[in-house]
Amino acid sequence: MREQESSKGLWSKIRPQQGNLRLWQVGMLAAFFAIWHVLTVPGLMPPVYFDDANKAAFFFGEPLKVLGRVWDWFYLGAIYEHLWVTLWETFLAFVIGTVSGLVIGLWLALNPVASALCDPYIKALNSMPRVILAPIFSVWFGLDIASKVALGVTLVFFIVFFNVYQGVREVSPTVLANARILGASQRQLLRHVYVPSAMSWVFASLHNSVGLAFVGAVVGEYLGSSRGVGYLILQAEGTFDINTVFAGILVLTAFALVLDYIVGLAEKRLMVWQPRQGETERI
Amino acid sequence: MDSRDTPALALENITVTFAARDAKDTRYTAVQDATLLVAPGEFVSVVGPTGCGKSTLLNIAVGLLEPSAGTVKVFGEPLAGLNRNAGYLFQTEALMPWRTALDNVTVGLEFRGVTREESVIRAEDWLARVGLAGHGHRYPHQLSGGMRKRVALAQTLILDPQIILMDEPFSALDIQTRQMMENELLELWSANRKSVVFITHDLEEAISLSDRVVVLSAGPGTRPIGEFTIDLPRPRDVAEIRLTPRFIELHTKIWRAMKDEVLKGYARTRIQ
Ligand SMILES: Nc1ncnc2c1ncn2[C@@H]1O[C@H](COP(=O)(O)OP(=O)(O)OP(=O)(O)O)[C@@H](O)[C@H]1O
Ligand SMILES: [Mg+2]
Repeated sequence: MREQESSKGLWSKIRPQQGNLRLWQVGMLAAFFAIWHVLTVPGLMPPVYFDDANKAAFFFGEPLKVLGRVWDWFYLGAIYEHLWVTLWETFLAFVIGTVSGLVIGLWLALNPVASALCDPYIKALNSMPRVILAPIFSVWFGLDIASKVALGVTLVFFIVFFNVYQGVREVSPTVLANARILGASQRQLLRHVYVPSAMSWVFASLHNSVGLAFVGAVVGEYLGSSRGVGYLILQAEGTFDINTVFAGILVLTAFALVLDYIVGLAEKRLMVWQPRQGETERI
Repeated sequence: MDSRDTPALALENITVTFAARDAKDTRYTAVQDATLLVAPGEFVSVVGPTGCGKSTLLNIAVGLLEPSAGTVKVFGEPLAGLNRNAGYLFQTEALMPWRTALDNVTVGLEFRGVTREESVIRAEDWLARVGLAGHGHRYPHQLSGGMRKRVALAQTLILDPQIILMDEPFSALDIQTRQMMENELLELWSANRKSVVFITHDLEEAISLSDRVVVLSAGPGTRPIGEFTIDLPRPRDVAEIRLTPRFIELHTKIWRAMKDEVLKGYARTRIQ
């Protein structure tokens, strides 16, 4: 009875809660790697499913080797060139896609005739699975970074475009009328009302668009290139080096998280004017 | 004609008919044959039951809406496009949420090409006048409803418009804040007399502020059905003046004229 209570007390101390959330998250990751290791290391598990002891490792890789590969990459420096290329492609795709989406979105949203005219084509372009354009871009722009950037741009553009379009249409008619009465010219309306309103929608989609710029870069590399993390993965797959494939995926995931974190920071800075839930400070 | 006799704002025989967007044959005539004249420097309140067309009349006066019939004249000139002589305090939220209070107040000067330094100095001054000194860095969502109204007031008045149109500016405020703001408004107005059209559905507020109260009929087809000159002495304290016999007398008289319309308006909205 007493023992049960004390064990209950211990559990209530260490169970997942606000303070130790990070610890638990790290623990879960470690557990995942541990299970992965136990299930794949040759000869440890009885051959229930795979008849050959090495088969599990062949299909699922071995976490120690995967981590070793990641370590080698960063320690010996072989990855930096590839990582740099992938991130540069992501950055270019993001910037070009965002700017063009913003400009064209604003232009179309403020031109009812043009937007009515283009409406079916925009819908068609948006519903088309655009990843399929990658081979065409390779033909048009070659195997260097331009074709990857182009793929990323097509992905980012539509997200930003639709958000801008929405943002312009959601401008409060009262705010708009007020600005006009306060003396705004057509250009000033664009600059001081439409663009800020549209930007709030664009920022709201930043996570999505940065993520897709990354996807565009990696998929483009995977489909044909001579540099980049996607290329590393492709090469490893060619030799059935499953550990390197997993190492590449691990690196990509980590950097996707880093990008997402940076976007979060930017969002916080740029969107100060937006109400957030629960802005009170605990004392 | 003597320029002092020219009304600052003249709405002459205004009719406004809204056509429903989906069904063109279902029309709604909100305002019919309404005439309203406002002299330079005069404070006119317009009262009427909810939904009768008060905001519609102001939208006509500022040029956001075009009347279906009738003319709008500003200092004798027919109005084309937006009314450049008017400032408009909207009934609903009209501040730019992405600008701080200070930047919301400077925005009109910015549109007119006034330098940043000068507009900031003037805006700080106006924020202080409406009791918001030191709140300039806050965004609208960080202000209370009453504070936002005051920012909007400063935003409009900093441009020194000849005609000020106010659409139920204080209706969302509690009674104390409201009386404080009413006194502030009267003080600002007496220092620099502009023509004011003040919309409200609160008769007491209308009487305590105005030179003249115009009563509108219930919709559809709203038009003024009574005009009452308020001969209470100025300067006034809106809280105290409500207790004077003359105020009560005026209130009784106007209320008698309004009551039937209010009941009519209420009955109509209930049927809908
Ligand atoms: N754009 C519009 N289309 C159709 N009907 C409209 C439109 N704007 C206003 N109305 C109608 O005109 C009438 C008057 O509206 P208005 O906003 O002027 O009322 P109000 O007197 O300001 O009311 P409140 O005191 O509640 O603000 C209402 O019945 C409303 O339904
Ligand atoms: Mg109204």
